[in-house]
Amino acid sequence: MAAPETSPTPSSLRNAFGHVFSIFILILIGVLAFSIRLFSVIKYESVIHEFDPYFNYRVTQFLTKNGIYDFWNWFDDRTWYPLGRVIGGTVYPGLTLTAGTLWWLLNSLNIPLSVETVCVFTAPIFSAFASWATYLLTKEVKGAGAGLTAAALLAMVPSYISRSVAGSYDNEAVAIFALIFTFYLYIKTLNTGSLFYATLNSIAYFYMVCSWGGYTFIINLIPMHVLLCIVTGRYSSRLYIAYAPLVVLGTLLAALVPVVGFNAVMTSEHFASFLVFIIIHVVALVYYIKGILSPRMFKVAVMLVLSVGLVICCTVVAVLIALVASSPTKGWSGRSLSLLDPTYASKYIPIIASVSEHQPPTWPSYFMDLNILAFLVPAGIVACFLPLSDASSFVILYIVTSVYFSGVMVRLMLVLAPAACIMSGIALSGAFDVLTRSLKFQLPGTSEIFASDAVDTGSESVILNKDGAEEDKSEDSVKERPSKKNKKKEKEKEKEKEKEKEKEKENAGTSSSRSHAERRPLVLPVEASVIAIFLLVLLVAFYVVHCVWAAAEAYSAPSIVLTSQSPDGLHVFDDFREAYAWLSHNTDVDDKVASWWDYGYQTTAMANRTVIVDNNTWNNTHIATVGTAMSSPEKAAWEIFNSLDVKYVLVVFGGLVGYPSDDINKFLWMVRIGGGVFPHIKEPDYLRDGQYRIDSQATPTMLNCLMYKLSYYRFVETDGKGFDRVRRTEIGKKYFKLTHFEEVFTTHHWMVRIYKLKSPRNRIRGKTKKSKSKSSSTISSKSSRTRKKNPWN
Amino acid sequence: MAQLLKSELVWWRSFNLLLVDLTSQHVRLFTTLKVENNGTDSVSEVLLPFPDHQSKNLAFLTATTTEEKGKSKSSSQALPIKVVNPEGMPISLAWYSASLPKELGKGGQLTLEIRAVFTHALRPFPEKITQADAQLVVFQDSAYYLSPYVVKAQSFTVKLPEPRVESYTKLENAKLSGSEIKYGPYENIPPFSYTPIVVHFASNGPFAVAKDLVREIEISHWGNVQITEHYNLIHAGAESIGEFSRLDYQARPYLRGASAFRHLIAKLPPRAHSVYYRDEIGNISTSNLWGDSTKTLLEIEPRYPLFGGWKTSFTIGYGLPLHDFLFQSEGQRFLNISFGSPMNELVIDNLIVKVILPEGSKDITVSVPFPIKEWQEMKFSHLDMVGRPVVVLEKTNVVPEHNQYFQVKYRFNNLSLFREPLMLISGFFFLFVACIIYTHADFTISKSSASYVAKLQWDEVQTAIQQFQGVMSRCLAIHDKLEASLRDLSRTGDAQACKAARKAADSSLKELSKELKSLLGFLQSSPQAAQILPKVDELVVKEKELQEKLMLKHSIVVDAFEKRSGGRDTESRVASIQQKITALRLEVDDLLEVIDEI
Repeated sequence: MAAPETSPTPSSLRNAFGHVFSIFILILIGVLAFSIRLFSVIKYESVIHEFDPYFNYRVTQFLTKNGIYDFWNWFDDRTWYPLGRVIGGTVYPGLTLTAGTLWWLLNSLNIPLSVETVCVFTAPIFSAFASWATYLLTKEVKGAGAGLTAAALLAMVPSYISRSVAGSYDNEAVAIFALIFTFYLYIKTLNTGSLFYATLNSIAYFYMVCSWGGYTFIINLIPMHVLLCIVTGRYSSRLYIAYAPLVVLGTLLAALVPVVGFNAVMTSEHFASFLVFIIIHVVALVYYIKGILSPRMFKVAVMLVLSVGLVICCTVVAVLIALVASSPTKGWSGRSLSLLDPTYASKYIPIIASVSEHQPPTWPSYFMDLNILAFLVPAGIVACFLPLSDASSFVILYIVTSVYFSGVMVRLMLVLAPAACIMSGIALSGAFDVLTRSLKFQLPGTSEIFASDAVDTGSESVILNKDGAEEDKSEDSVKERPSKKNKKKEKEKEKEKEKEKEKEKENAGTSSSRSHAERRPLVLPVEASVIAIFLLVLLVAFYVVHCVWAAAEAYSAPSIVLTSQSPDGLHVFDDFREAYAWLSHNTDVDDKVASWWDYGYQTTAMANRTVIVDNNTWNNTHIATVGTAMSSPEKAAWEIFNSLDVKYVLVVFGGLVGYPSDDINKFLWMVRIGGGVFPHIKEPDYLRDGQYRIDSQATPTMLNCLMYKLSYYRFVETDGKGFDRVRRTEIGKKYFKLTHFEEVFTTHHWMVRIYKLKSPRNRIRGKTKKSKSKSSSTISSKSSRTRKKNPWN
Repeated sequence: MAQLLKSELVWWRSFNLLLVDLTSQHVRLFTTLKVENNGTDSVSEVLLPFPDHQSKNLAFLTATTTEEKGKSKSSSQALPIKVVNPEGMPISLAWYSASLPKELGKGGQLTLEIRAVFTHALRPFPEKITQADAQLVVFQDSAYYLSPYVVKAQSFTVKLPEPRVESYTKLENAKLSGSEIKYGPYENIPPFSYTPIVVHFASNGPFAVAKDLVREIEISHWGNVQITEHYNLIHAGAESIGEFSRLDYQARPYLRGASAFRHLIAKLPPRAHSVYYRDEIGNISTSNLWGDSTKTLLEIEPRYPLFGGWKTSFTIGYGLPLHDFLFQSEGQRFLNISFGSPMNELVIDNLIVKVILPEGSKDITVSVPFPIKEWQEMKFSHLDMVGRPVVVLEKTNVVPEHNQYFQVKYRFNNLSLFREPLMLISGFFFLFVACIIYTHADFTISKSSASYVAKLQWDEVQTAIQQFQGVMSRCLAIHDKLEASLRDLSRTGDAQACKAARKAADSSLKELSKELKSLLGFLQSSPQAAQILPKVDELVVKEKELQEKLMLKHSIVVDAFEKRSGGRDTESRVASIQQKITALRLEVDDLLEVIDEI
């Protein structure tokens, strides 16, 4: 932002120049955000990642092939057999529609990209958009400099990268953009009071509702902020314009999305917004009446309205509470409840608790995902209080709530990341502002400020305040040099000690100096500011290095293809796709494949086979049935599977190559979820003294269950001992035969094993008669017992 | 016709060597005929009959004649072959006729080499095997050469892939040695003799059959020929039943899993680049590529070993340098590229070759050395306006012998190359032009609306403020000059120059204050400037004050200098003024910044 000083109208030229410059920087930030996410394509391949993205990909394929109307009416019979799933009504369509539109647009321009390519690159494109939206939001809060810094930080924050690398085609990829953009439009409306932006805000909110279930965060955060503004006496007509249209239009639009529908007015997640909607109208009315009445009349009116209003409010609230309390979950969905009460899921819904991304994060994950932002955030919060505006109070509220949510669920770290970036951007840009300005003031070109001692003493006092550590407030102009040096050293030490605390102090200092020296700009000595700038740049450089490392190493693996670095080169484990390709080419198109629900989406998308359960865990009983089958002995399991028309059973086994997230390690969740619905499956039966083990000490129930058998069938023959590399132990039961299942395929590294249900053996006449006569007395009791075991009879 | 045949029947007298090669899934029949015309008339055609069950599997048939000139065998010549349907012949025979290059006179001799390739002629028996079994196949043929002519002498050799033979039809003179079975020699065989033989033997070669293969050859005149091949593969050998045990397969691959095949080798042209191998769910990492100046070898391994009846599908693609395959002649360009799949072990049931020519190609002709179904399509690819012409060639039952070069001739104007870049450039150009127009044009619908007027006024205020800032900065510059003159004074001691400087500054400051007045007048009249006006006024006052103080300081210093009084007194006075000046200057700067921000 260097401006030619001798130009006739320097400010206008500087503005124009700065404008172009910041556009250029923004474009570069977009390119950075896009390209840092391409590591997965370069290091691995252009492929869809993980589990949920495969479902989204499949839905997008359907959309591009059959069109939007078929998509809304899509009843998918290839999953949740025999129940099926209404996809059009149960899916957040934002991502699919976005990618579908992109694909359609490109194809109508005769750019023939495959649906897969478009899906793979949707997330990086939208992260560029998200960083631009961050710029806009932060600009509204603290100016363009902070905006650019925040955008650059967001472009490469690891937490967001983890969800938006190329191929990670998930709702969050577009939802974070929608979230930030909605917040931006809210703040913009709040700052301008323009109905135009308010309408845009509702539309952005609609897009967010389409994209992600996390929209409830918006519809709770904004009312909270409105309430905060009202309570702190910051009510204005701009606030009304920003809020009231959002609730009315936004709720109407949200109700258009099939998956939300009447939930937009019926569930407790939206309750806060309506309550605040009422409150803001009451407040608006009060302000209006206050304007037209004399103060004395107003007091009387207040008394009147308060007494009547309170009575009405109480009755309404009572009715609402009664209504809400009558429903067992208090009108909250399971996931929302587990947010409010972190122990809820582990107590009542094992299926939510079983997902690793629903666990609370560990401390290192904050450092991993946010890096230096975690330390800069406090400084940013302080900066937001100087001065506190409507916009900055919103950002403060945003970060406080998102910190709480991220502490409950590791997945919601994603919501925290933009807030942390905005805060750090504000802090960093503030610091740079002060430091560069003090450099600028003391450069030889503007020496006449230097010439007098008074300035120096003035700035000196500012420095003292700024440093905060030194209590010495003498305005000694004679001993200026040495004291400066001392301070410099002090500063250096401090910097080296704890950068982030220093920053905090600096900002604290800023406030005190403001009060002390009015609007006088803070000026630091040249040496101190040079060193501080250097250290800050170093800090940011570390951040960049960390982000690039995280993008390249930690978050780029597609998880369907694994690699390991061995001395003789890179080793690729492509077993999942091997198995899915085998299923897709060598089984009948209508065959049903049973597996644990983790692999449901991938099986339907890659192998194109009907599955019993998948990652959309909407029917707990169905999942419990599969869990029960997996934890039952072979015969009972065969009966359950056979009653479900299952032809193939797929298990994931990591014991040969040491792949830790295999079915044996997930097995206890199957037992738990199965036991939650079918009580004859009891978790203690599978544990020896509370320990989960598969060696010779394991319980017989464990050693005879289907999962154990399918995983370890003929495993002992590989090395003679049956040493499991994941559990680091020899397996308990080594030699056994399968009577009701046969192995039809095992992948190269044994990671996926597929078994076929043997067709029931023909009955031999004589034998049946014999057994009938024998067991006629016990048959009734037996059948009752089997009925219990097999929920599908 | 009957007449002709009769005469022909008389003249045949040949010594006949047959060799059938069964080492792969292709059955290759090499026949060497020594032909002599014993009839009276000269003949120009030789008839080659095949039984129906063979002819429906016949994929490829050529006949070449080698004229013997002295000792050195030379000038072999391919003969044109056509399907004929002579009358009065036994049914269930398919007839082909090879026309001789020149008529064979009475008693004339000729050597004919006939090469026929059959697909799907080996039948697995048993049809279903387990993983542990070896694959056994059955081959059926006649021990005698089926011909409408008398055969003088004949021998028949069957070459097998491995010495393991379950059974074979034992005729007289039949002999099994190693992996070869020899029948014959037999002599003086009457026309249409047929003695069926059956050979049942082990064959574990890859029975890879591509049910469909689509080859897309896309020409880019920017220097690349991109070839994409979509395979739909099946192992057409004995069907695998029962368990598949990875353990057995890994521990004893050649006993348990002998009938499976793991890899295929594609022999790509030299200088092939950007090779990829994938299927619909992503890249397949099990492949190897190596090459030298004559070829590039790509070894691909399907995702899983293919047992009998197992299927898979994949795509390979590679780029080739354009100048190796595209040539120019007489204003025409022609593409000269091989027809079939680069994999030699493959039988292709249905091959579709699509040659995608660049947009704007005209006068397209195709020449293929064998009969083929051909039509044209349009394809819309990157930024096409009219589409690219696509030549589609379809052929069933393709064997490696079909891997011959074919030519596509077309006309293409080099200027068309720049169509798409120019389109992009102009597109972006118009986008930017539109942006510029948008930012400079006034799109307000009602020019009299309040907000519009307010905006206009605000613009005026802004320009006024900018002018005001300019004046201010000039004032400050004059102040700087005054200071500088003082410094000069202490250096040079020229008090007169210093005074002159003061005068000049004074006059220019006065001029500036006049300018300021008009600006202030405008700002006071404009309602939009109301919020900024107090700051402006304050600034003006502060500036005045600063100006006075500066003048005062200046005069004091100059006076003191002239009087040479110096000393503490003046210094302290100057210092106090200086302090005020600095404070004022700071305030002025602050105010300027505040105004700037507005």
